[in-house]
Amino acid sequence: MVKKAQPDLSVTLGNVKLANPVMVASGTFGYAEEFKGFMPLKKLGAVVTKTITVLPRQGNQAPRTCETPAGMLNSIGLENPGIDKFIKEKLGFLEKLRVPIIVSIAAEHDPAEFFVLAKRLDAISAISAIELNISCPNLHKNKLISQDSQETFQLVSSVRKLTNKCLITKLSPNVTAISEIALAAQNAGSDAVSLVNTLTGMSIDVHKRAPKLGSWVGGLSGPAIRPVAVRMVWEAYRKIKIPIIGMGGIIDTASALEFFIAGAAAVSVGTANFINPKVTLEIIAGLKQYMAQHDIRSLSDLTGSLKACKD
Amino acid sequence: MLPLQTKAKIIANKKIKERYWHLELESTLLARSAEPGQFINIKVSAGLEPLLRRPISIHKTSGKKVKLFYEALGVGTQVLSSRQPGELLDIIGPLGNGFKYRHLVKATGTSGKHQSIIIAGGMGVAPLVFLAEKIRPKKPLVLIGAKTKQCVLCADDFRALGCKVSIATDDGSQGFKGTVADLLKNVLGQQDSAELFSCGPHRMLKAVAEIAREKQIPLQCSLEEHMSCGFGACLGCVVATKSGYQRVCQEGPVFPAEELIW
Repeated sequence: MVKKAQPDLSVTLGNVKLANPVMVASGTFGYAEEFKGFMPLKKLGAVVTKTITVLPRQGNQAPRTCETPAGMLNSIGLENPGIDKFIKEKLGFLEKLRVPIIVSIAAEHDPAEFFVLAKRLDAISAISAIELNISCPNLHKNKLISQDSQETFQLVSSVRKLTNKCLITKLSPNVTAISEIALAAQNAGSDAVSLVNTLTGMSIDVHKRAPKLGSWVGGLSGPAIRPVAVRMVWEAYRKIKIPIIGMGGIIDTASALEFFIAGAAAVSVGTANFINPKVTLEIIAGLKQYMAQHDIRSLSDLTGSLKACKD
Repeated sequence: MLPLQTKAKIIANKKIKERYWHLELESTLLARSAEPGQFINIKVSAGLEPLLRRPISIHKTSGKKVKLFYEALGVGTQVLSSRQPGELLDIIGPLGNGFKYRHLVKATGTSGKHQSIIIAGGMGVAPLVFLAEKIRPKKPLVLIGAKTKQCVLCADDFRALGCKVSIATDDGSQGFKGTVADLLKNVLGQQDSAELFSCGPHRMLKAVAEIAREKQIPLQCSLEEHMSCGFGACLGCVVATKSGYQRVCQEGPVFPAEELIW
């Protein structure tokens, strides 16, 4: 019997090659150091940091999270130390991991903050990619950049001019037509899109008749949103050519596979990191096993391999 | 010690009264390394209901056993109460910063003038029994507050450790009639100096902190907050302190009262 070759799990996003397609979603993995005791971090496909802003942000008032059916709401509000302290205090640990580091960035008030951040990060060779978080629901804004194709196009093309690093645009599911926004990001020069950020939601304590979150509304994540996220990946996949990083309620190999089959080139695990801090390793092992079992040699053969239902 | 994710065998899971349960887990490493005030975060079921872990403070340790004391109140703790001896529980721990007490144990001489006082409200007794065990040579005084006589918890556990126990009930059905904070005020009137350790409902902690501030005596408070991860990643369980928001799961759950913004 001929021994089968190991399946190839590597994937390329822009100019970045990942050894495997399992990443962690921004905001659910801190700056990786929080997880060092639980797993060998070098096994990850990539690390995406908690979103960084120009100035430090203390975040929103408590309570900031609450559990919901098969999910959770959060209104953390982008608490972060700001770019200076991030570079000084957090980057050192990340650099030593020897996995691609993707830094998530956001603007608090003015889109120009993205330019400041992108320029600073562009100069740091240890950083592989920049993720534009234009979809955080916890900044108390009426409208997100990622809720408008034109604004998305403008922002991404402006940042594109400032850096040759791999640029990932993270989109919001709180839109009517995700594929139009994804197309705008692609046309503006984004190397990949992250689909999706959290869905806005609200939960009420009926005894107190009060919102459960200090900020009243927050972002819903976890398995509860997975069907919405899978559908959006599938819709976007048919419209765009750049790689899609699928996320939204991935908790095991089967749920990660849904995203690949729908069209994702890579996946990010979010909320599940809180519950099982080494779940990403289990998913990497599970993917390898699935590909070997189904004789899928390369990940690109899995991406978008959805078959039509047959009677 | 770094927190570990492990599967611990359930030795016992018994209802002791009404909705109060004792859970015993087998974990030599945890039993040896845990400090009073620290907690473990438990995945009570394998499925999605509930999704998140449940943080529960460590009540006692002995040999290779870790004992937890919990109230089966919500979905998570109710599922936990259905778990059977022999089953494995997915736990992460020990987590958080516990009470600082080593200075008391190291200090020599009589403790007559410097009294350690433990103030517990409701389920706040759970981590304080563990603390009392560690500082028992200092003969801590224990004040327990409860709504009624029926709600007084763990008084015998403290007595078994040689602690003097005073009780305050809202309705006067046992001991002092009034809040445990009022009882504390009376007790402090007779003390030269004291050091306070407390865990309980926010309102009680706030009242105790106010007394500690007035009398200028140190107080360590163990706080509770909704947690999504329990190990510092989600930034969900923050509390306002004089140095900004801090994580209850990581910098806490025990904080010096003077650092908190009440």
